Amino acid sequence: MAFSRARKPYDGVVLAVPVTVPYQRYSIESAHWWMGRALRALSEGAGISHRDFDGFSVSSFTMGPDSAIALTQHFGLSPRWIDHVPMGGAAGIVSIRRAARAVQAGDADIVACVAADTNQVDTFRKTLANFSRFAQDASYPYGAGGPNASFALIARHYMDCYGATREDFGKLCVAQRDNALKNPHALMKKPLTLEQYMVARPIAEPFHLFDCVMPCAGGEAFLVMREDTAKSLGLPFVRLLSAIERHNAFPDDPVQVRGGWVVDRDELYGMAGVTSDDMDFVQTYDDYAVISMVQFEDLGFCGKGEGPDFVRQHTFTIDGTFPHNTSGGQLSVGQAGAAGGHLGITEAMRQLLDAAGGTQVKDAKLGLVSGFGMINYDRGLASAAAILARAS
Amino acid sequence: MTEPLAKPKRKNPLARMRQPLLPPSARSRKAHELTLAAASGRFMLQCCSECGQYTYPPREACPNCLSSDLRLQDTPTGGVLLSETRIDVTSDPYYREHTPWRTGLVRLDCGPSIVTHLRGDCGGPGNRVVLSLQLDRGGQAVFFAKPIPETPNMEDDLQWLELTADPKHRRVLITDGRSPVAVALAQALKKAGATKIFIGVSDRWKPFNEQKSLESIDGIELVDLDLTNERSVQELAMDIGAKVEILINTADHVRPAHLFDAGAANTARDSIDYMVMGLMRLAQAFGPVMRSRGADGPTGAVAWVNVLSVHGLSNAPQFGVHSAAHAACLSLSQWLRTELRPGGIRVINAFSGPLDTEWFQTVPPPKVAPKALADAIVDGLKCGIEDIYVGDVAKDIEARLFDNPKAVEREAGQ
Repeated sequence: MAFSRARKPYDGVVLAVPVTVPYQRYSIESAHWWMGRALRALSEGAGISHRDFDGFSVSSFTMGPDSAIALTQHFGLSPRWIDHVPMGGAAGIVSIRRAARAVQAGDADIVACVAADTNQVDTFRKTLANFSRFAQDASYPYGAGGPNASFALIARHYMDCYGATREDFGKLCVAQRDNALKNPHALMKKPLTLEQYMVARPIAEPFHLFDCVMPCAGGEAFLVMREDTAKSLGLPFVRLLSAIERHNAFPDDPVQVRGGWVVDRDELYGMAGVTSDDMDFVQTYDDYAVISMVQFEDLGFCGKGEGPDFVRQHTFTIDGTFPHNTSGGQLSVGQAGAAGGHLGITEAMRQLLDAAGGTQVKDAKLGLVSGFGMINYDRGLASAAAILARAS
Repeated sequence: MTEPLAKPKRKNPLARMRQPLLPPSARSRKAHELTLAAASGRFMLQCCSECGQYTYPPREACPNCLSSDLRLQDTPTGGVLLSETRIDVTSDPYYREHTPWRTGLVRLDCGPSIVTHLRGDCGGPGNRVVLSLQLDRGGQAVFFAKPIPETPNMEDDLQWLELTADPKHRRVLITDGRSPVAVALAQALKKAGATKIFIGVSDRWKPFNEQKSLESIDGIELVDLDLTNERSVQELAMDIGAKVEILINTADHVRPAHLFDAGAANTARDSIDYMVMGLMRLAQAFGPVMRSRGADGPTGAVAWVNVLSVHGLSNAPQFGVHSAAHAACLSLSQWLRTELRPGGIRVINAFSGPLDTEWFQTVPPPKVAPKALADAIVDGLKCGIEDIYVGDVAKDIEARLFDNPKAVEREAGQ
């Protein structure tokens, strides 16, 4: 079967106004409050009323019982294009892809992409217990360890297969903490040493405390529009060069060792007309360091099974070799539910707008953002990636 | 190997008794197909009747060919352990009391990858294991992996003990010492490590054949219990209710009567008073205290067994009253199961064909020897089975009811 034609390029599609609503470990507010703050910041950043957003795309685990349509009334929006992207860590890039085509086709001019979740005291447990039917039937009843337990099985297998060690995972976590100390929004404020990482209390072997993200409340948002719209509003912007997504790739792998990026990465670089070597920074989806390692492999920075070696060869710090998760990533900034997949996007936008402050990578012109999400049963189903570029 | 389960220490009367908690119990309707298999100790998965591929987790359509004809099918139990973890931190209160908790990912030889509870000594990834379907304390089906070959004391693995109702170090009440199965049951329980066996006897002054045999078993105590008398049942519960971790109701009342006989209703009333009302009196007296003791240490209250006639599932006309009374007991046991679930107490029904005893004198073989019934009950407790079918007749009726209940009904009494 060969129906697929070359995809239309994303010519003229840009992203503007990266917004982060600073995270809190726990919040007494609902997801809607966080979305409201994000929309307000988008409106102020763009210098227009939120009523001028004629497209609205939302991602959240905790907005129930509302859907995207209910939120239009809640926030006083009158969009002509709306979308709900319930894909966890892949939602950010998926929302870019959809919004990009909408603005290209003229179905919308300005799409507000908003991801926000609250974290009330019992939110995380409830989200786990009701995550999906397969999770409810076939993984949550087995110790109720949530993603820690599920990814522990994947990590242990990866270590057995490819010789990764806890020190390798630790190196990424420690590097990200270094980066996070330069990001005022990061929830983690204290330095982390490899020794502290190694002796931390066990959570689900091989994972210990610092392998796990901290669930929190927060929001991330940005605008997708055409270049001409951005220029008429006088907004600085970054260009979308290419983007891919793939779901439930390799269902016959008995354990997950790779994600869908492998299927589509040639298209990712081909569409953008660049190679993996051209990237000035990479923002992976770091729910666990092992998953970042898998992304290094599957996105072509090294071969399958070479992730551990690749980690040993680079520093992953902002000013080092292979700047990676320059904000500190979810591991050090916090995981604000569905906003976790947008964290890398807003950080990449700031890098390319020269607005990253303390985390700024010098002369960053081209960056890759990757998303991963939805551990439905035994593996993460969604994988996505995008290449963003400085406007000029 | 596993550490053998130590005999529990004497309870500290000042310490708070832990409240029973249950593991996460929400399941889709399809997932309850596995409950059906687990209840009778079978290992079954959905299998596509069009393309033959096994599938898991339970689905509504085959991911290989999209057929909706996914049938529950007996499945080979072997597989390879691909990965494992030990959960130290969990968000669930039940598991929080049981950490560290081991789980693993097993690739079954027939295809699917299964997230499963893991026995402590399964070894590392690459080892071969066998899977079984078990009922957890919430009554829901879960997978459990054991190593091959078996290892010492594996029945004492702490995770396994949560999935079973092992009589070891537990105290048992057998409600009717005059039952033909009482002696064999007491012996089997003793052999399985029960520390104390109370045996209820009504009208103690009336001699019965098995009294001597019962009294010769070490660790048994005969107690007054008249199931037709609410005060008698309540008094016994006040006396020993908090010491009963497994209750086995052996009450039976076999009286042949034709439906059109004058006085058949009187026979029925006697049977129902003894068996159905008797079960209800027992439930009212012993149910609440057992439910409250579901987490009372590693050998807290764990199971309620009803010894039922398989004809309670489909009436046998030559024992019509008996069948009807057992049908009522079955319905009552389902109610009791729901009421005891919050305590994590298993309600087990042992369905037997006719016993090889006086009251079934006229029934042709095959019949069930009391020892076979007793062994099957103890085995069921140790394996955590909910529906135990004992003997050829019971197994035959089980299979036929699964296949076509109307045929069982039409062929009865022919």
